[in-house]
Amino acid sequence: MPDQLIWGMEVFLNGLMAGVLYALVALGFVLIYKASGIFNFAQGVLALFAALTLVGIMEGQVPFSHLINAVFGTEIHHFGWHVPALLAILLTMVVMVALAWAVNQFIFRHLVGQEPIILFMATIGLAYFLEGFGDMMWGSDIKKLDVGLPQGINSAIDEVTYNIFGYGFFIDNLDLWATLVAALLVIALVIFAQFSKHGRAMRAVADDHQAALSVGISLNFIWVMVWSLAGFVALVAGIMWGTKSGVQFSLSLIALKALPVLMLGGFTSIPGAIVGGLIIGVGEKLFEFTIGAPYLGGATEIWFAYVLALIFLVFRPQGLFGEKIIERV
Amino acid sequence: MKDMDADGYITEDGRKIGGVVMEMRNITLRFGGVVAIKDISFDIREGEIRAIIGPNGAGKSSMLNVISGFYNPQEGEVYYKGERRPPMKPYQVAQQGIARTFQNIALFEGMTVLDNVMTGRIRQMNAGLLSQAIWKGKAEREEVRNREAVEKIIDFLEIQHIRKTPVGRLPYGLKKRVELARALAAEPSILLLDEPMAGMNVEEKEDMSRFILDVNDEFGTTIALIEHDMGVVMDLSDRVVVMDYGKKIGDGTPDEVRNNQDVIDAYLGVAHD
Repeated sequence: MPDQLIWGMEVFLNGLMAGVLYALVALGFVLIYKASGIFNFAQGVLALFAALTLVGIMEGQVPFSHLINAVFGTEIHHFGWHVPALLAILLTMVVMVALAWAVNQFIFRHLVGQEPIILFMATIGLAYFLEGFGDMMWGSDIKKLDVGLPQGINSAIDEVTYNIFGYGFFIDNLDLWATLVAALLVIALVIFAQFSKHGRAMRAVADDHQAALSVGISLNFIWVMVWSLAGFVALVAGIMWGTKSGVQFSLSLIALKALPVLMLGGFTSIPGAIVGGLIIGVGEKLFEFTIGAPYLGGATEIWFAYVLALIFLVFRPQGLFGEKIIERV
Repeated sequence: MKDMDADGYITEDGRKIGGVVMEMRNITLRFGGVVAIKDISFDIREGEIRAIIGPNGAGKSSMLNVISGFYNPQEGEVYYKGERRPPMKPYQVAQQGIARTFQNIALFEGMTVLDNVMTGRIRQMNAGLLSQAIWKGKAEREEVRNREAVEKIIDFLEIQHIRKTPVGRLPYGLKKRVELARALAAEPSILLLDEPMAGMNVEEKEDMSRFILDVNDEFGTTIALIEHDMGVVMDLSDRVVVMDYGKKIGDGTPDEVRNNQDVIDAYLGVAHD
């Protein structure tokens, strides 16, 4: 087998797994959009905030320590304990649920029935607030996140591929884990949305508020639930990206990568978010490998996704899996 | 129906009407300076078909919205199953077993008929979030049981052929029927119908009348309905409340109401001196 093809396969596999990470972020967008019609610009910052909180809890950092020290002239930074990863993840989830409640209570409850653009602006405000709040709470230095996920080259795959092709594929253990987790998450979310009481209630709320009320669905409960779910997805995405590249401000920018994923997959489809993520992940890696690096001077990964999304917008604006808009006249 | 005591009576066609299940006492509802409902009292008995009629703008829909919790009256009390009901959110009223339909139809357009009717079963589902998330145990059993109940209602209202169709694609008459199915799925103790026959042709009206009578007959469901088509109402209902300009001008059997001078004046108009 020619070397080019074998390398291409490796690139393809790596692209798939990068795509899973994009899909994870896009999933958070889809969830909130489906249930409340809000395009949540803050999803990326939500992931950053979740990762910051997780690291903070694990390291036993004192929240708002800079603020406290500045006001009282003290010098406290750490409680001096370390929390095990699993417990810290649970505690972070509690924080995310509390945040979901607060977001609904103080922002979106008051904006019921407003234009989508106003809700969108509110999420932009939320994004900036949360960014500053996260910084103030946990500090703005780059942090290392290690929840015990295996990292580095997967030697089994390396060995197997070496025996077959005479060339070992480099596949990161972390990417494998991310793929597994994302797959499970998606299956669970699809089943939840399609076949459970609260999932159905969630879709009902997205469709018609009055009708939802008349069958006994509490709007506030569903909204808090949805923001908590989005918080949970953000936490998972935060863990994966944070472990990969450290917990830092740029984590919030992954939200921008989720936009082309959504345009491809459709804003209302959970499977669409996954397939869209995979297409973008594979597409940008393969494009870089086959055309970008040899002919265009490289670094095409930065813009490839957006160009692909643009092409999609022209030919299929509702995305691959989005609901086709049927309007009776 | 001569013997209308507290425990109920038997109608001429042999149906059993029970005691009072809901009572409105001196309800007054204002929107700013406009008085939509003025000091109205009436009751609804178990198992009966109770109609609220009146010309346009009489306050019928407002009354229904008071019963279903969409509006909270400024004055007056609502008694449900013998207990005074505090001001409530619509979803809480629904959870107490009062289901409704809307004049302009409020269905989940993007969902299938089956899913729409399933949302009506929310009250019958108690599995926790966790059980639902992993789709085991209680959640799974409940879903199967509720699905059976829903299929029965779908059969009953003759909408089997559109079970998997998204509601947005259905014609008006069928949508009305799906909405009735969803309300019925809740196994309500009171079913509120807001102009169930509005905008229908004669044939559709006859179908709907038949379904309303069948539902009442088969499941013994208490029904309160609003309608301004006098003819339909008189044939369907056991007792009728007549409203005009927010006031109650008549209350009784269809025959009593038909011969009430105030009602005749309201519907036919009267010369003011």
